[in-house]
Amino acid sequence: MSGILNSSIGRKFAMALSALFLMVFILQHFAINILSVFSPDTFNEASHFMGTFWAVQFILQPVLIFGVIFHFVMGFVLEIQNNRARQVSYAKSNGAANSSWMSRNMIWSGGFILVFIVIHMIDFWVHEMNVKYVAGDMSGLINPADPTSGFRYYEELVVKFVPIWRVALYCVGFIFLALHLLHGFGSAFQSIGANNKYTKALKGVSNVYSIGIPAGFIFIALYHHFAH
Amino acid sequence: MNLTLKIWRQKSAKDKGKIVDYTMSDVSPDMSFLEMLDVLNQELIDKGEEPIAFDHDCREGICGMCSMFVNGQAHGPDRAITVCQLHMRSFKDGDTIYIEPWRAKAFPVIKDLIVDRSSFDRIQHAGGFISVNTSGNTQDANAIPINKHDADAAFDAATCIGCGACVASCKNSSAMLFVSAKVSQFALLPQGQVEATDRVMNMVKQMDAEGFGNCTNTGACEVECPKGISLENIARMNREYLKASFKG
Ligand code: SF4
Ligand code: FES
Repeated sequence: MSGILNSSIGRKFAMALSALFLMVFILQHFAINILSVFSPDTFNEASHFMGTFWAVQFILQPVLIFGVIFHFVMGFVLEIQNNRARQVSYAKSNGAANSSWMSRNMIWSGGFILVFIVIHMIDFWVHEMNVKYVAGDMSGLINPADPTSGFRYYEELVVKFVPIWRVALYCVGFIFLALHLLHGFGSAFQSIGANNKYTKALKGVSNVYSIGIPAGFIFIALYHHFAH
Repeated sequence: MNLTLKIWRQKSAKDKGKIVDYTMSDVSPDMSFLEMLDVLNQELIDKGEEPIAFDHDCREGICGMCSMFVNGQAHGPDRAITVCQLHMRSFKDGDTIYIEPWRAKAFPVIKDLIVDRSSFDRIQHAGGFISVNTSGNTQDANAIPINKHDADAAFDAATCIGCGACVASCKNSSAMLFVSAKVSQFALLPQGQVEATDRVMNMVKQMDAEGFGNCTNTGACEVECPKGISLENIARMNREYLKASFKG
């Protein structure tokens, strides 16, 4: 592992693999969240399953945390190395003439996404960990003493999206996610060596994913803000 | 036409260097960019000043020597050309034009607009070749059947002139496009197979040792490359490298 990270192509490959993994994660996260709009009950069931199934909690969750941290740390390391590769900068440089804004500013979109993720973790994940593993309540119920009280997940979600500042912050976070994905999606495939006759079609899939998923998340946040 | 030129002047590798302003009048739109600099240099010589040092050789887009960053772009605003093929008709009367050397740690400035690109040579020496048996009964290359698509792609990769515009344009100063062209031209042909594993491993190792940055797929290199070397070559090099790494 450390051997491959010593080479520029190895680092690029590792960055792409973690990106592909995170994109699959985002897709499943969206698939569950969108249920909250159409079927709160199914959303509750799915949340309870994800929150209590051992393989998700003790295998997928640690892998995910590792993937996220790796992707961020590597991104910053690469940025520092790349800045060192040009010690005197150009007096005039017209980057827009040959590359997209997204591709040149991955560090900024990524940085804002990091801020968003920290807030998001404090909002939901830290709370989950406290209830389940500190307080020891694995029931997922609004009132653990009352089995008829129903699952708490939907209620908690709705409450979070009441303050407009949080809704706005989430929307901005997702806009940065879209910008990051618009370059990152195709870039990950190029990095693993997949540039071939499917690249054009992939660009279409990339645009649908990169705009569709963040727009979907924004829709969910706005929906809960205005519906309750 | 009248122009203001902002040109990087640096006496030696050790000198700090700075942008110096020059004004030129009566520049003909039919001049090439290098002819315009020749005229300016003659004026400087006539005034007893040091002329501007810049690299050039063929002046017809083949050698890749004319390494200049013109108005924020490698080889100036036009596509698929080198600076020697750029003409003054691409500019307007009254324009201000910045002229700077390639900027990369691995391309240190020697003087004014001339940079040292021997890092490219060292990458080539590390593996950009095939060993040919010269015993006298060498097989004619044309006798080996090669798929037309592969032959064309190898030829396209081989048109890289080693100019360094890819590095100069890349925000990360990455040399991936150049190295991938040099890897690809052999990777696609049967003659390149024998040394394929060592070639890609050694060339990438040398590229990293020279201090070029990491590729983040911005694609600026492909757009600015005078020979239209495609990003597909970088993807191919990534595949070659991963294959070689797992072989060990
Ligand atoms: S890949 Fe293109 S830009 Fe880079 S050195 Fe070769 S010809 Fe020049
Ligand atoms: S002088 Fe040879 S390519 Fe410009």
